[in-house]
This record gives sequence, C-alpha cells and structure tokens, in this order.
Amino acid sequence: MEKSALVRLKLILLHLFNGFDARLGFIFLALAFISFIVFLSAGQGTPVALVDQIRNLVIAFVIMWAVSQIPPKWLETAAVWIYGIGIALLIAVALFGLIKKGARRWVNVGIVIQPSEIMKIAVPLMLAWYFQKREGIRSAVDYLVAAILLALPVFLIARQPDLGTALLVFASGLYVIILAGLPWRWIIPVVAIAVVAILFLVVFSGSICAPDINWPLIREYQKNRICTLLDPSSDPLGKGFHTIQAVIAVGSGGFFGKGWREGTQSHLEFIPEKHTDFVFAVFAEEFGFLGNILLILLFFALIKRGLAISVNAPTLFTRLLGGAISMIFFTYAFVNIGMVTGLLPVVGVPLPLLSYGGTALVTLGFGAGILMSIHRHRRLVQS
Amino acid sequence: MSSIKKPDLYSFQERARVAIIFVGVCFGLLAIRLFWLQIISHQQYSTLADSNRIAIVPVPANRGLLIDRNGIVIGRNYSALTLEVDASQINGNVDDLINELSEIIQISPRDRRNFKRALEDSRNMGTFPLRSMLTEAEMARFLANRYRFPGVDVSARNFREYPYNELASHLIGYIGRVSQKDKERMQNELLETRGSQDPYALQGAFLPGIQYVGKIGIEQTYERILRGVPGYDEVEITAGGKPVRTLSSTPSIPGKNVILSIDIKFQALVEQLYGKHRGAFVAIEPETGDILAFVSKPNFNPNDFVEGIDPVTWKELNESKEKPLYNRPLKGIYPPASTYKPFMALAALELNKRKAEDAIADPGFFTFGNHTFRDDKVGGHGMVNMEKSIVESCDTYYYLLARDMGVNMMHDFMKPLGFGQITGIDLEGEAKGVLPSTEWKKTAFKKPEQQKWFEGETISLGIGQGYNAFTILQLAHGLANVLNYGVVMKPHIAKAIEDPFTRQKELTTPKESYRIDLKPENIELIKKAMVEVNKSGTSASSFRNATYSAGGKTGTAQVFSLNSKTYHHGSTPEFLRDHALFVTYAPNDKPKIAIAMIVENAGFGAQHAAPIARKALDYYIDGKWPKEIPEWKRVP
Repeated sequence: MEKSALVRLKLILLHLFNGFDARLGFIFLALAFISFIVFLSAGQGTPVALVDQIRNLVIAFVIMWAVSQIPPKWLETAAVWIYGIGIALLIAVALFGLIKKGARRWVNVGIVIQPSEIMKIAVPLMLAWYFQKREGIRSAVDYLVAAILLALPVFLIARQPDLGTALLVFASGLYVIILAGLPWRWIIPVVAIAVVAILFLVVFSGSICAPDINWPLIREYQKNRICTLLDPSSDPLGKGFHTIQAVIAVGSGGFFGKGWREGTQSHLEFIPEKHTDFVFAVFAEEFGFLGNILLILLFFALIKRGLAISVNAPTLFTRLLGGAISMIFFTYAFVNIGMVTGLLPVVGVPLPLLSYGGTALVTLGFGAGILMSIHRHRRLVQS
Repeated sequence: MSSIKKPDLYSFQERARVAIIFVGVCFGLLAIRLFWLQIISHQQYSTLADSNRIAIVPVPANRGLLIDRNGIVIGRNYSALTLEVDASQINGNVDDLINELSEIIQISPRDRRNFKRALEDSRNMGTFPLRSMLTEAEMARFLANRYRFPGVDVSARNFREYPYNELASHLIGYIGRVSQKDKERMQNELLETRGSQDPYALQGAFLPGIQYVGKIGIEQTYERILRGVPGYDEVEITAGGKPVRTLSSTPSIPGKNVILSIDIKFQALVEQLYGKHRGAFVAIEPETGDILAFVSKPNFNPNDFVEGIDPVTWKELNESKEKPLYNRPLKGIYPPASTYKPFMALAALELNKRKAEDAIADPGFFTFGNHTFRDDKVGGHGMVNMEKSIVESCDTYYYLLARDMGVNMMHDFMKPLGFGQITGIDLEGEAKGVLPSTEWKKTAFKKPEQQKWFEGETISLGIGQGYNAFTILQLAHGLANVLNYGVVMKPHIAKAIEDPFTRQKELTTPKESYRIDLKPENIELIKKAMVEVNKSGTSASSFRNATYSAGGKTGTAQVFSLNSKTYHHGSTPEFLRDHALFVTYAPNDKPKIAIAMIVENAGFGAQHAAPIARKALDYYIDGKWPKEIPEWKRVP
C-alpha cells in the first residue's frame, strides 16, 4: 500500500510538473534568489517589504505553474474575450476612472484595477490570435488591421496619461507584428527615422528643452523626463536627482561592488524607489560590475530560452505569443537597467522579478506560465 | 502539413534569430554602459558617493566669558532646548509653517519677526532658531508631531546672555549672527595670517562653524579671543540630511575669558545715579589705566541683539531722540568748559606763564578787540590768583591766560595729555574730538578765509569753550595722566585674558605708553586747588562731610549760543539746556580713581553732576551704598 501511495504521489508530481521547463524554472529561481538577497539589503528597516516580496514571488510561481497547466488552445479561444474586456475596461477608465496623482488609470469593478496592465498580455494574445486566423492567406491589409488593434489600447493608455505603460503595450504588440513577418523594407526605414530622431534630440537638447518650447502630443512632465535624461545636471535637486544619484550608486559600486548591505547610496536614502523601479541601483552598488554582468546574462538566458521555446512551438499563435512574451521580458529588463544607468528616460518600468510590486510579478508569472505551457504542449501536438 | 508550414516556420526562426541578436546588442550596450560607469569612472563616482554621504558638521566653540574685575560674570552662555528650522527645507510659505507650528508651540510675534529677519539676512542657508527655551511639555508635543514638519528639529543650543541686561551695554556690546560682511572680513583675516603660526588662522578654516561674532563693544574688540576655534564632526548623512552616525570628531577649542577692569557693581550704581538723565561717565584708575566704570546713558538691552533684533525694537532704539545706541563717553564730543581750567593752570605753571601767586584784578569781563568776554559772576571775583581761579571758576583769569599762551602753545601742552587724541581704548569707533591749533584750522576748513586763525578765537579756549571738543573719555584720561605725574597709561577695559581650563591669567595691557615731563610740585599745586573746590568752591555743598579728601572741578557747557540773552534753565527747551560737567578724583594723596562726567542738558555742573560723583566716590572709596538706590544683587 505504502509503495503504491508513493508511486501515486510520484505520478501526481510528474503530472503536475509535466512540461515544467527546468531551464526556465532554474533561471526564475535564480532571479528570485537574487531578489531575495537584494531585499534583505534594500529592505533594512522595512521588513514588511521583504515578507511581501516573498509572498508575491510565491504567488507568481503558483500562477506560473497554474498557467503552465492550461493548454495554449484555451488561451487562443480566450484571446478575443480578454482583449475585448480589456478595451472595455480602458474605455470605462476614460469615462469614469479614478484619478490618482493627476492620472486616470484605475477603475473600480468591485476591486480597483488598472486595466492597462491586462493589455500587456491581452494585446500580444489578440494579435497572435489574429495572425493565426490569417495564417496562409495573410496580406498587407492584415498588418493594417493588426496596427489598428494595437493602436486602440495604446491610444487609450497614452491619454490616461501613462506613457510608460503605453510604450510597453505598444512594444508587446509590435513584437508580435514583427515576428509575424512584417517586411524588413517597412521596418528598416522606421528604425532609421527613430535613430535619427534620437540623435536629433541628443544634439539639439539645449534648444528644444528650453522652458518655453512646447512639444506636440507630449505633456510637460514627460518632456521634462526626456530633457532631464539628456542633461540630468540641469536640475540636480529636482527631476534629475534620481538619475544622478542612481548613476552615482552604480558607478561607485566598481568592479566587485561595495558588498552586500554596504551600499551607502541606497542605505542613506539617496536611491529613490529602492525597492521598486530603482532596485537595480542597489544591486549594482553592492555587487558591482561582476554581479551586473551575471544578472544581465541571466536575463539573456531567460530571453534566449523563451525564444527557443517559441521556435519549437507547434502553432503560429504559440510561436508569436511565446516570442512576444520573451521580448517583453527583454523590454522590461533593458528599459529598467537603461533607466537606472541613465541611458533611458525615467519611466515606471520594473526589473522583472527583482522589483517589488505585486501586479508586475503576477503579470510576469503569467507570461512565464504561458511559455511553459507552450513548451509543455509542444510534444502533445507534434506527437 | 509540414510543407505548408515550413516557409512560415523558417521565417519565424529567422526573426527569432534577429531578435536574439537584437537582445544581445542591447544588453551589450548596457554592459558597455556599466563598464563605463563602474570601471572607467568608478573613482569619480566613488568620490561623489562619499561627498554625498559625509557632511562636515561644525561644532561651535563655547564663547569665552566676560568677567568684571571682581569675578562677576557679565557675559555668559546658556544652553536651551531650541526649535530650529533648516531653511533649505522650507517648502512654500514661511508664515504657513510657523502658523502650523504655533498650534503646538507658543511662538510670539517677536520670535516670528526675529526668525524671518534671520532667514532674510542669511539668504536661506543654514539652520535658524525659531523659539528657544522650550518647556518639557512643548518638547513632547513637538516630538509627537515631528513627522509633520520636515526640516524642523529640537536641539540644545548655546546662547549668549548678558545677565544684567542694560547694564554696561555700551562697553560690553553684543554678538550677532555673522553677516556677509563679517564673513568677507574673516576671510581676509585668514589670508593675512596664512602660513603664520597664529592659532586664530585656524578659525578661518572653520568659517561655517562661526555663526556669531561680536558686533560692538568688548565683544567686538576681543572677538578672536572670545570666539575660540570651532570643531567639526564628520557625519554620515542621508539624502534628507539626517545624520546617521559620526565618523570622526574634532573637538572645538573654547574661547578664552576676558577679565574686565570694570567694577560692575560700581558701574551699576552710577547708571542708577544718572536716573533718567542722559550723559557719560568714565572712571579710571590713574596708576594702571584700568577703566573702572564706563557709563553711557541711556542704554539698551544687548540681549535684544543676539538673535537679530526685531524691527520694532530696532526702530524704537534707532529713532529715539535720546539716542540710546550712541556711545556717549566714546563718541560724544563736548566742550570741557570749566573742567579745563585745572589743565590750563597746570600749563601756565609748566610753561612759566604764571606763578601760583600771580593775581589779576577781575572786573567781570575781558575785552579783546571789540568783543567782550564775560565772566559768570557779575562784577567779577576781585583779586584772583591761580587757586582762587580754580576754586571760584573765574573766567577772566583764563581769558588772559589763553591770550598770553596763544592757541599753539595750549595745543602743544594739551596734546600729550590726550586731549583731541585717540586714547587707544579697546573699543572701536572712538571719536577724536578737536584740540584746536592754527595747523588744525587749516585742515579743518575748506575756504581760505576760514582757514586763518583769529586771535579772538583763542580767548574762549581758555575756559574750555570755542573749538575745544573732547570726549569724556579723553577728559578722564587727561585727568588720570596728571594725577599719575605724567605717566600715561593707555586706558583699557580688558585687564586680562583667562584660560578657561587652567584659570591662568595673562595681562593684556602695556605698562605705560609714554611719560610727560611734569613737575610734581606743580601738580600738587593744582591738586590742592581742586581739593579746595570741593571744600569751599563750586562743588562744596556736594562734598560736605566727605571722609576722604577729593579734588574736583565743575563745568557747565553751553549747548547753543545765547546771544547775550540770559540763560534761564527752566524756560529753555530740554535739549537746549546746558550740559553739566564734573571732573573729580580721590583720595587726594594717592588717587585711586579719576572721574570725568557729563550730565546732558542738566544745567550747572555743581548742581547736577557733582552730587552723582560724590555718591560714586563714597561707594568706591568708602564702600557706602546710597540709601535711595536699591541694593544691587549679583545674578546667580
């Protein structure tokens, strides 16, 4: 009897973790461990943050596991619904959303939620679904339709205003469109224009950042963020303070770092949001260049694994979805580290798994779960 | 199936490959950026992080005490719980902040004015006291509400205090917050002393630790001795400027105590004897040059100035007709009037212009050219020799003497006695006055016709009028020099510097400045006459029954020319009435004290100045405290 019970338990476990990608799981655990280490340091004096982070990590892993159990087919079916509900909620936000800190981003549907977060997954789901539907009969018009499906939520989020999230949602959709096969001859000119525009900004920052110049489509505070990035010293005690202090933290870390819990910048409160968006600065100060390269390699491995899973995925829907999710991870990591090191403007983007914040962790767990699900169901379809 | 999918699959594989290359390039960029920050620029950012984290917090040095000649402390420090506001952390309206604070701590309009004034003066840098001497209850209430007021804190702070308030305010002076001008001056001092072994050169390096400097009086003169050298702590601070821990600490060196030659009890008595009268009073110990009392009435409360005087009080003091901020003995110049006569008599003896027994017949006036110089006594004093001329204060005698000596001879005799000269007392802003000479007149006037000396102008110099204009300090100093047989001691208020730890005292003044060649027998003659003044002369009534022998001379100085009208004290507006002057000393055989004094707009010297002097001498010589003056109490 005992033996059969053990065998049964083993079978259950095997079934439960069937298709659980060990490599992906290992990378996630490694990042979670780093998060834990950094929180023990950054959270000194605020033990609640550490406890919360552990709880959130556990929840993220549970969601990851749970989602990995869902067949991708279900997601394909639900894609339109999730997208539709997301759009409806965004419209609801626009009509009667709650205003906090000058932005209308939240809506009360029994609980207060931020619909733009849903769109980070809903948009790639929807676009992947659409390209799946048009597989084999795709034409140029389909890219236009996809662009409209993408533009609608991005527009709604941008006017909340929430430029950071709008950009992330836009990126998540763009990845699907590009991965789906958007012709290079359309992509290259846009990239070229963007590069020129950025160069233009850097070169002429002095004149276009003059206080009396108004930028089209962009609000004053957003303009300030970009201008502060171009020249943080222009406002050392105001908007540039965070960037300057974060860069000092990173730079003063040196090769080996100041050592765990020895970061003066973070411990003496020079680092803003040291649990959340600027957690990398704490890590970089205490673990130095060595630790940072390790962290970046971990993220690189994560994205590479995600893309590998996508390449091996059975359907166009799963390939596009998996590829987009992998690239969302990349976007988060790149934008966050770029922001902390002063390469990119300060936009509220968390560092995957390291930043404190329940919503982001749940979204990320959800994404990782989808990747695992795709990995799991690869053989089922192929066999 | 696979054949249909294949092109698509290859296309996705290709795109995925591009994607991973893109990711690699982007992460490569981050790696380069990190390499730049953490390896190449590491040193620079390390320095920045350190300068971020370490603040140098100056530790003010304890200011030295001011102590009178008998060991009574008249300038000291006290520590009190103080509500302080960091100016750099005031967001928005100062008044709003104070209003909110005043809900839990009582803040008077005066506190508010002082605070705002300090803020303005400092250009919003530094930490400023808003309310001092918090009670325990107020402290507790504030601590409970502290989170509401970033940048506001309670700390123990040292304050300067003058325990006797108005007493001796003009000589003590006061300290005040360092102004921009003070800072520049101190920086220059540093430049001058750089490289030298002067310990005070160090002070310049700690300018941020110096928040107060002496503004006037002894506090100003002995600033560098009193100030000490501030120390500093290296403190690790948060971004919000909150100290976390002290990394190192360099202690401050407390300032040294300044022992004054002043007898503060004596000073207190004289100030009270003046009552509501304005005036100046200087008492000197002839042998040493010690200033025993240095009175300027009315005076002010130096405590009002320490934390920046509030505009209302300032306006009151500054615009008062009585000029309480005016240091009368130091800056006020007056004609010495008849108190000049003993000096004139001495000059006559020394210069062989008169012998003591030479007598003139006084008709009550003296005519020079077409101008008549009148004597106070209608009909004259009859036959007048030198002693009688002093005792009865005969003007005619001195008109003639002045004519016989001439202006330059008078000048040359009086100059070494200190008349019209800077005495060099250890207070800043001393007035020079005027000791006329033909030379002086050439430089004093612009127009050629005014530059010429007229003989007629010499006559009234003899009775201490005309161009003669001296400070009371000079008058006292001159008298002391005569009493000291021509040995000139520089008058000084600070007697010694005391080390606060070892209590070792170091005398600060030179033994003597110079000597004037005067014959002792001539001086004795003058002294004898002055003693007679108090016995049978103009001040006899004031000195009746004195247990000691004191010399004196009264004087009455006209404030404005009467143009041959008769002076009626009562009918003259107060500020136009005559000044009452008096010089005196005691005891006669070995003078311990020489006094010069003026009571402004009081009338005759004999009537209004001499009685004050008598009571002052009674106290100083006999220790007798007048009944009508409340017993002086030493502040604990």
